[in-house]
Amino acid sequence: MSKADSIHTLSLKGIHDGVHSGAFSVMEVTDAYLDRIERFNPELNAYITVTRDSAKAQALEIDNRIRKGELSGPMAGVPYALKDLFCSEGVRTTCASNMLSNFISPYDAHVAAKLKAAGGVLLGKNNMDEFAMGSSNETSAFGVVRNPWDTNKVPGGSSGGGAATIAARLAPMTLGTDTGGSIRQPASFCNITGIKPTYGRVSRYGMIAFASSLDQCGPMAPSAEDCAITLNVIAGLDVRDSTSVDRTVPDYTATLNDSIEGLKIGLPKEFFADGLDAQVGVVIERAIKEFEAKGAIIKEVSLPNSHLAVPVYYVVAPAECSSNLSRFDGVRFGHRCEDPKDLRDLYERSRWEGFGDEVKRRIMIGTYALSAGYYDAYYLKAQQVRRLIKQDFESAFADVDVIMGPSCPTTAFGLGEKKDDPIAMYLEDLYTIPVSLAGLPGMTFPVGFAADGLPVGIQLVGNYFEEARMLNIAHQYQQWTEWHTQVPTKFA
Amino acid sequence: MEWETVIGLEIHAQLSTNSKIFSGSSIAYGAQPNTQANLVDLGMPGVLPVLNKKAVEMAIRLGLAIDAEIAPKSVFARKNYFYPDLPKGYQISQYELPVVANGHMDIELEDGTVKRIGITRAHLEEDAGKSLHEDFHGKTGIDLNRAGTPLLEIVSEPDMRSAKEAVAYMKKLHALVRYLGVCDGNMQEGSFRCDANVSVRRPGAEFGTRAEIKNLNSFRFIERAINHEVERQIDLIESGGKVVQETRLFDPDRDETRSMRGKEDANDYRYFPDPDLLPVEIRAEDIEAVRATLPELPAAKKQRFMDEFGLNNYDADLLTQNREVADYFEAVAKACGDAKLAANWVNGEVSKMLADNELEISASPVGSEALVELLKRIQDNTVSNKIARDVFAAMWNGEGSADEVIDKKGLKQITDTSAIEAVIDEIIANNPKQVEEYRSGKDKLFGFFVGQAMKASKGKANPNTLNDILKKKLEG
Repeated sequence: MSKADSIHTLSLKGIHDGVHSGAFSVMEVTDAYLDRIERFNPELNAYITVTRDSAKAQALEIDNRIRKGELSGPMAGVPYALKDLFCSEGVRTTCASNMLSNFISPYDAHVAAKLKAAGGVLLGKNNMDEFAMGSSNETSAFGVVRNPWDTNKVPGGSSGGGAATIAARLAPMTLGTDTGGSIRQPASFCNITGIKPTYGRVSRYGMIAFASSLDQCGPMAPSAEDCAITLNVIAGLDVRDSTSVDRTVPDYTATLNDSIEGLKIGLPKEFFADGLDAQVGVVIERAIKEFEAKGAIIKEVSLPNSHLAVPVYYVVAPAECSSNLSRFDGVRFGHRCEDPKDLRDLYERSRWEGFGDEVKRRIMIGTYALSAGYYDAYYLKAQQVRRLIKQDFESAFADVDVIMGPSCPTTAFGLGEKKDDPIAMYLEDLYTIPVSLAGLPGMTFPVGFAADGLPVGIQLVGNYFEEARMLNIAHQYQQWTEWHTQVPTKFA
Repeated sequence: MEWETVIGLEIHAQLSTNSKIFSGSSIAYGAQPNTQANLVDLGMPGVLPVLNKKAVEMAIRLGLAIDAEIAPKSVFARKNYFYPDLPKGYQISQYELPVVANGHMDIELEDGTVKRIGITRAHLEEDAGKSLHEDFHGKTGIDLNRAGTPLLEIVSEPDMRSAKEAVAYMKKLHALVRYLGVCDGNMQEGSFRCDANVSVRRPGAEFGTRAEIKNLNSFRFIERAINHEVERQIDLIESGGKVVQETRLFDPDRDETRSMRGKEDANDYRYFPDPDLLPVEIRAEDIEAVRATLPELPAAKKQRFMDEFGLNNYDADLLTQNREVADYFEAVAKACGDAKLAANWVNGEVSKMLADNELEISASPVGSEALVELLKRIQDNTVSNKIARDVFAAMWNGEGSADEVIDKKGLKQITDTSAIEAVIDEIIANNPKQVEEYRSGKDKLFGFFVGQAMKASKGKANPNTLNDILKKKLEG
């Protein structure tokens, strides 16, 4: 096997060590991934935009800087992708929407700038559900993404392109976003590791907003270690985001090898009840047993209001999105209809043509929920219940260190299977949404395959700002098991 | 039958911060379109607002000055509506929890009585951009320089009962925001503008239906607009019609208000707390820190001017309308030691020249020290009050200091008795008939002799000396 054929099997650390020891150049790494994208992306459709030319230019420059000793950090020379809702200067940033199909961002999102400054090489922009609204990556205006484990299945969503990219090793790392499960659910469907940090841990500046009080950016990669290295680069205060938190960022790699003996793991009984596909349940329970065997203490906890999370979410998130998406009006950027006859026509047709069905549905739900006379019954009530859900977690964390359970009720479902049943689609995020509403950090890592041969990820929820502990737990699991190194044969 | 007018005002004061309320762009007036609009002001995808703390501090300043409550926690909300000069499709404002609530201000009515006007709330918000309809060949241009400019919307109770009261309230608030340094008060540039809610009712009855007159940006327009609106509403009701709740625009050229949009066209703004901004938390020590920097406020200053300088109500009121004028007066009064003289000059010549030349006192060519020099020459009888006015005019025109002008133009008053005697002797000699008449009891002719003498001395004769000598000689 030639060098180029095995580069995609390397971890971020492996790439870093290789480019710094001179085993291979950043250009070679970049080329290896660009070649894989060229070869496999047509089938998967995981990328909307491949930034081949700028990637090669960056690789050349970074090779030079590494040689001169100007760059040496863990991200120097590491290629990565971005979900196509992170603004990236000079690069088309579409949000997988016709509304922004022609939008070239004039600036870099905070996290994009961080990765750029750390010496990463941007390979391209990942496909996603339009404006991050969806759980199957089928709402993209740029076509569906296929799951590398079974190309007739969805990769999950909304960060489906990113999950497929990592599963097929079309990049060693990508950034996704998670509003109600958009990192964790596709990570579970595609056998990868992904973490949604505590709300406020990573700046949202330059992330095109879906639901501002829930959106959070996080890394997706094969392993917890890769996620830790990435989180080290992107986490921390950004004064341009008022909700970003001023709190010291620990070195997430420093505690990866800490012992998990005596770790108290809570299992919410509500997450193992009706609604959980038995073949998923079996895999999750086996993983829990493995933790127990390694010295963890397993306790049952209760999140009594978690059944209200999906309805609460589908008031809060659409309400915020209905307002966040008002700026797409055809006036300053994005899609503008042909020959508007007046202002109203400009707004109506530009938005009608620019947005897809799911986005329109959520704008309408949100507009309704905020309307005079309905605000108290919907938005205000939802916010009150949201506090109850948060309190459930606070009580649970009084007894346990972390919470574990399934990431989603099923394995990856078929393309088109739930497309016309929004309620069934919304229920995909049953276990991830409560965590988002509470603003807690949540992560998914691979724990095996279900009877149908598809991957299953376990969800790990930590207390606020406990990302280091979570990454440590996942990393330890990945020392005993090899689920996370599994790649579909075709993409091996 | 009697009608009573009920008026409430919503005043928008543009805060004198250096930058916008949620971005670092400058808010200076008059720049080329869209040169003061950054990514945040343009509402680009992905950008986020960051609150300018200076704007909050200014809101606290006003709150303290009107004896209001400063909310320990206030919340920014989104007011959602589509308009081309509103880049995000929503305006960030405050809705349920404003930063300032329950204040008041006392105004003085024409009959001298004092009336308290309640101020319901004052909240922070961002201004929109401007739509430009000229020069675009049937299209509309958008200038977003103004988008994001910090505004404090000050909402009064419906406590005013006439256009005059409304103007008095607005003037008082105008003076106050300038005192506090929170707003430049420039009405022409729209830094201080007002919407008036106007209704009429039978005295003692429930409030009538109100109409809102938008965007009044001069004291004169406010008075006219309200009076016309009141007349319109009374005519309407008396001819059997009904006032409808609506928004109206005042047309100063035609002197009338016109319907802009009715209640049924009103937007449902779908207010909700802005998830991009944390609630604003103001601690007691923050409030005290602001309080420590408050200047002496107009009412207190007026009272002090009356107590300390013995000024009458009228003079003290005029002098405290504007902080710079008050400071100017105080400097002059203290340096010359005659507050009444200083007040007469500041409210008289100085104010007149400033008004004629449309200047602020800070731009006066005659500064307080220069004026003091002149007043000292009145006090030491070098010039009369009348001649001093000519000296002042010359000083205003840059012809030099008081002494230089007096010297150059030879305006020094003649106090030399022999010189005045010589003039008077000549007049008595030349007007024997008038002397005869005066001496036979026609006292009024004294004025004639004063006039003649003044004319002969070119106004420079010291009036007191002149009177004494003249009296002696005529009776002699």
